[in-house]
Amino acid sequence: MAIIETKNVAYTYPGAANPSISEVSMKVEKGEFVLITGPSGCGKTTLCRCFNGLIPHFYQGELKGEVTVSGMDVTQHQTHEMAKHVGLVFQNPENQLFALSVEKDVAFGLENLGFAREEMRKRVDWALNLTDIYDLRERSPHEVSGGQQQRVAIAAVLAMQPEIIVLDEPTSFLDPLSAEKIFDVIYELNQKIGITVVLVEHRLDLTAKYANHIIIMDEGKVCFDGAPREILSTEETRLIGVGIPKATLLYQLLKKEGVNLGDVTPLSSDELSALLRGALEAK
Amino acid sequence: MIEVEDVHYVYPNNVEALKGVSLTVKDGEFVAIMGQNGAGKTTLVKHFNGLLKPTQGTVRVDGVNTKKTSIATLAKNVGFVFQNPDHQLFSETVEEEISFALKNFGFEAEVIEKRLDWALNLLGLTQYRKTSPFLLSGGERKRVALASVLAWDPQALVLDEPTIGQDHEQKERLRQFIVQMQAQGKTVVIVTHDVEFVAECNPRVLLMKEGKIVADGEGKEILTSPEILAQSSIVLPQIAQVFMQLESLGLPRDVIDIYEAKEILLKVLKERRK
Repeated sequence: MAIIETKNVAYTYPGAANPSISEVSMKVEKGEFVLITGPSGCGKTTLCRCFNGLIPHFYQGELKGEVTVSGMDVTQHQTHEMAKHVGLVFQNPENQLFALSVEKDVAFGLENLGFAREEMRKRVDWALNLTDIYDLRERSPHEVSGGQQQRVAIAAVLAMQPEIIVLDEPTSFLDPLSAEKIFDVIYELNQKIGITVVLVEHRLDLTAKYANHIIIMDEGKVCFDGAPREILSTEETRLIGVGIPKATLLYQLLKKEGVNLGDVTPLSSDELSALLRGALEAK
Repeated sequence: MIEVEDVHYVYPNNVEALKGVSLTVKDGEFVAIMGQNGAGKTTLVKHFNGLLKPTQGTVRVDGVNTKKTSIATLAKNVGFVFQNPDHQLFSETVEEEISFALKNFGFEAEVIEKRLDWALNLLGLTQYRKTSPFLLSGGERKRVALASVLAWDPQALVLDEPTIGQDHEQKERLRQFIVQMQAQGKTVVIVTHDVEFVAECNPRVLLMKEGKIVADGEGKEILTSPEILAQSSIVLPQIAQVFMQLESLGLPRDVIDIYEAKEILLKVLKERRK
């Protein structure tokens, strides 16, 4: 059974003239690593807000269609109930940090769920170490840098060990190496514990290699949905706006010039250089 | 022209964010400042419009010492767009947001209207003219913040992480816009982690680490030097990574542009086939 499923979903923010998303039907299976991408303003964030019930409970507005997450209809369960199953990391970390210290912020969700002190200590330390902010635990989340705030927001969600983690451009303020480290940690959790990951990202250069499912949205609708390698190998012009990885684009440019590097479209520089090495050494 | 001379900056909590930085940015230059989180990039650029004044050393903008003038005066020459748009947006509508500074600078109504239309159009925001900035997506709010600064047409523009939340098409528009600014002799300084964007633009790159500038040169040169990048948490752009891995086959190492990459590979593959 799908862990997230939407059927013909449309949503209009209060006061808005037009729906932000419409006719959205998609499924995420348990244990998948899903990448959601598409032009700025296409409805990615809005869709994610449906997954933990922020839409419709917090944002109000008009939600049509069905959203089922972990077997629960989101319209029938409040966000705090959903939060046990779905952790959401916002685009802007300042919108979710509020405690006096980093450690307290990370512990907050666990406290609310009434975890025992020792278990809480264990999980908080685990999450702080994973995101490499253990040394910042006594600092105020509002005096650390934007990139560090993003790590705090991610740690707070990881500490809850939800079944599903939804991340909306979670590393946009981080330097590339730190971003890669965070993605590696999330990928590892996905592989080892089977946590389902939904990641919203523009930078496919950094993230395409982790995903086994990609959903591309445009103007509030889903326009592509499937395996990343399949979708990124279609030479759809619409994909150009999405910003496919440079290695994939170079492979396609060479293919157009008649260079045959095989049928498997590369998604990373490692994959492309292996193909090129093969072609150059064969001759 | 922006001249920075041996600048040190110590925050009130005693963190020394800049430890002796010197550089000159000439009119019409396009500079990207890169480096790890906490390297001092944002602290440095906040000196360019007087938001911060050096604890030690001097910053001169067009020959004027920033310690001896007001932010209001400097702001007219050096426009600053923050990393987080929510730190600068406050108006009820996009239109009001963009005209706010123009009104403050005392432009005439007609001029304001023209500049407003121009900025909305340039950043693809015309349809949101009457919308509250807070109803827009993260990427769109970022563009409103940029539009509100562009509207008053400053001589120099400082953009802190301008590509965050922007899709590929928006980034391409930003790149073209920067090229236009340069053609008009205007200065653009960006702070960014986006190596792919820098690879597409090939500006002058300043690499910072722990409050100091550790490298200064052409983008193509710095982004293809793994030894230099390794100390600053910057990864190589994808095209550079590919060529790095093929260096032992006699291919050049300093390639960051995808079309140049294509030409080189076509030529090499053709030669080997003979």
